Amino acid sequence: MTVGVVVFPGSNCDHDAHFAFRNSLGADAKFIWHDSDSLGDVDAVILPGGFSYGDYLRTGAIAKFSPVMGAVKRFAENGGPVLGICNGFQVLTEAGLLPGALVRNAGLKFVCRTVPLEVSSTSSAFTQGLEKGQVLRLPVAHGEGCYIADAATLNELESEGRVVLRYRDNPNGSVNDIAGIVNRERNVLGMMPHPERAADPLVGGTDGLAILRALLSPEAFHSPLLAVSHT
Amino acid sequence: MNITPEVVAAHQLTAAEYQRIIELLGREPTLTELGIFSVMWSEHCSYKSTRVHLKKLPTDSRYVLQGPGENAGIIDIGDGVAIAFKIESHNHPSFIEPFQGAATGVGGILRDIFTMGARPIAVMDSIRFGPLDDPKTGDRNRHILEGVVSGISHYGNCFGVPTVGGECVFDTSYDGNPLVNVFALGVFRHDEIFYGKATGVGNPVIYVGAKTGRDGIHGASMASAEFTEESKQKRPNVQVGDPFMEKLLLEACLEAMKTGAIVGIQDMGAAGLTSSTCEMGSRAGTGIEIDLQYVPQRETGMTPYEIMLSESQERMLLVAEKGREQAVYDVFKKWGLDAVQIGVVTPDGLLRIKNHGEVVAEIPNRALADEAPKYQRPFTKPLRPAPLDGPTVRSSDLKGDLLKLLGSADLCSKRWIWEQYDHQVRTNTVAGPGYDAAVVRIKESGTSVAMSLDGNGRYCSLDPRLGTKLIVAECCRNLSTVGALPIATTNNLNFGNPERPEIMAQIVESIEGLAEACRVFEVPVTGGNVSLYNETLGTPILPTPVVGIVGVLPTALPVSSSFTEEGLSVLLIGGFGNSDWQQFGGTQYAKVIENSLWGVPPALDMDYEKRVQETVRTLVRERIVSTAHDLGEGGLAVAVAEASFGPARIGADLELDSNLPSELALFHEGPSRILVATGDPEGVILAARKNGVEALKIGVTVSGIVRISKPDSVLMEASISELFEPWSEYLPGVFQAAVIS
Repeated sequence: MTVGVVVFPGSNCDHDAHFAFRNSLGADAKFIWHDSDSLGDVDAVILPGGFSYGDYLRTGAIAKFSPVMGAVKRFAENGGPVLGICNGFQVLTEAGLLPGALVRNAGLKFVCRTVPLEVSSTSSAFTQGLEKGQVLRLPVAHGEGCYIADAATLNELESEGRVVLRYRDNPNGSVNDIAGIVNRERNVLGMMPHPERAADPLVGGTDGLAILRALLSPEAFHSPLLAVSHT
Repeated sequence: MNITPEVVAAHQLTAAEYQRIIELLGREPTLTELGIFSVMWSEHCSYKSTRVHLKKLPTDSRYVLQGPGENAGIIDIGDGVAIAFKIESHNHPSFIEPFQGAATGVGGILRDIFTMGARPIAVMDSIRFGPLDDPKTGDRNRHILEGVVSGISHYGNCFGVPTVGGECVFDTSYDGNPLVNVFALGVFRHDEIFYGKATGVGNPVIYVGAKTGRDGIHGASMASAEFTEESKQKRPNVQVGDPFMEKLLLEACLEAMKTGAIVGIQDMGAAGLTSSTCEMGSRAGTGIEIDLQYVPQRETGMTPYEIMLSESQERMLLVAEKGREQAVYDVFKKWGLDAVQIGVVTPDGLLRIKNHGEVVAEIPNRALADEAPKYQRPFTKPLRPAPLDGPTVRSSDLKGDLLKLLGSADLCSKRWIWEQYDHQVRTNTVAGPGYDAAVVRIKESGTSVAMSLDGNGRYCSLDPRLGTKLIVAECCRNLSTVGALPIATTNNLNFGNPERPEIMAQIVESIEGLAEACRVFEVPVTGGNVSLYNETLGTPILPTPVVGIVGVLPTALPVSSSFTEEGLSVLLIGGFGNSDWQQFGGTQYAKVIENSLWGVPPALDMDYEKRVQETVRTLVRERIVSTAHDLGEGGLAVAVAEASFGPARIGADLELDSNLPSELALFHEGPSRILVATGDPEGVILAARKNGVEALKIGVTVSGIVRISKPDSVLMEASISELFEPWSEYLPGVFQAAVIS
């Protein structure tokens, strides 16, 4: 059981995710360099936070062209679990693995704050350890975390139960208070809050552990039962 | 071009300094050589006005692995792990271009840390501005603050280092001269330390990182002059920062160091290629020969003068072991960065600069780095800026006074600022903004490091010597309040023009006060920065030494800085403290309520202070207390209010059995006092007694309110939400109002 943490030039939460898996969950984790066109032998993939390629042009816009993203796409198409955190979420939307986009915070300023989030859907294996309506306290730290999408996409996300996390106290102006969404196949989760920063009682609490731990049961993401029972 | 007296003056060199250059060279310098001397001998690089006094600072202890003179000081924290830390100012650039000025300030200090091999794990900043709500200057001051904060946020967040604390202070003297002092701290193992030394004759000298442009030429000399109307024309002197490039440079440098092929490395900071070459050569007693044609350039047609004096950011100079260069090149190529051999280490001790083979400068390294002029500048006694006695203080509304203080610029919540900083990245922040001191765990060991940054221009203007001692005491007290043992100091001395005897007097007194306090508190100085000529149109800033002290503690959750539950005893360790009306003149009460400055700073008994700190460290580490909060500016009343602002919304009901007049009892700023809450008051009193320290039980924690009484009367009673509102709303309100108007 190995979790692969992708490292783009400019990733800066890569070590934190790696540390959370190894230290808090006792799992094996390895780094995957951005110019690698293979993920190697991994069971789950993390796209970490940071400023990939300096986030020049648009956040995540250059990262989508990196060789590793081709491999991540194939991995996701084969049902492998992929979690994009913060900049990782931005990369997933740019790469077309998740719908919508993340734009400048409504307050126009970077915001670093621990916020309450509601688990608004449990229709994916990412939330196997959580209950609907449960409140998690997770840190956000971003300048461009305002989620937007067109009406049809929003309608689809909402009707299919694909909004996994919602802000209780919206820090960035995201439409419908959306903090995290999954793809239709429910094996790719993008979220602006940082579960890896809430994986240790010493720093930030442990509310993020359930989501990280879910990645350690990759078989759950391939379970047809789950997909059927929630659609 | 002929070197006329005008040309010499334009380089901010005196006629005597120019004569000295001729003596050292045995001939007239070329223009390029003159430029090189002018930056290396600038106040900013050479500390020529302060070196004779800085020698008075204590620099050694059993923890110190590297004292002043390197890119950063290094302290042993046990388990084979060390930390490197230092503070730097970027005051002048931040006035001219706030965003880039502050951003490159962060970039510069981060390079100082990782050039030694340490990975930066924390940043703090001490920033000072003119008043934000002044009808005349408020607009500009808000603009500067917003720019500085977004500059720090932009650079630190993208680089991936948490900004874990700092201070933000306002005074009219910073109106045309804001202060931006940035502190950074990094961690490494003892065997990973690198130095800026060009050893090994024949070894290649390699340039890595960003290309060289025309930006920042003469930045170091600009930072060594007063501001005038023409300063606004100096915008091209400010460098532009690229935190993404810096992040790549960090990773590439740390990875390249692991190859074992690097002999010495130094960042190109102030004075760029000039300082890195001659300092590396001087430290190793070697010479360096480079050819500028190999320097990666962003612009065409740059002259040797421009290339040598450019302060383009995100560049490093390194010396590799001959024959193993390729290992270094491979790492930089992986990270997509330039790495080019531009020269070689020579045995002759000379800095020899060629351009396409032709020698354009040839200067002994030592002449530049070590033989800069040292001045014993004349000084008087510090001028007294204010009368000894102030107005009669008689409050008719103590609660109203507290509300005003909580809603004042210096004492209000700085959340609006620190939420723009990523203070959590790297998942080590055990205690971040809002605590008395920041605590960052060291993953490599079982230890944590605490750090605090403090200054107080008002105290220092009244008495620079005592004021500086009080700052050191406060800093150490902050660390002790989170349970840390203070072990080492860095400092940033921000003053006006040292050529004025009364300003020089402030500098000397302050340095001597720093030396004395650092000896008593056993926190040697391992480095720092001096920023002089902080004057605009002849008006100097308040003398503002900023002190950063680090401490160590076992890794554990700290006790809270706010009250956590009802029914606990509240004690004042250190007692009520002594004060009188003269000692009240530098307080926040005098500033905010009386709009005045007078008298002397609070009295300080360093021995007693040390014992108070020892006591609180024990109480916190052994968890005999559940809350500990230091009394600082605003005194007891402000400290109690702050301790009530925790998530539990628990306040306190206090009775002060003190002979002091009510205004003093509530608001005096006498040192050596810490507020604690505990379920075991006897345990607290016992621990205090062991250290010969007073511990007074002054009340209990209660839900929802703060009430402070004297034995015969209630002085004030307020709900916590009533107190919280002005405290939390001042900063957002100032910027909101500006948008509306």
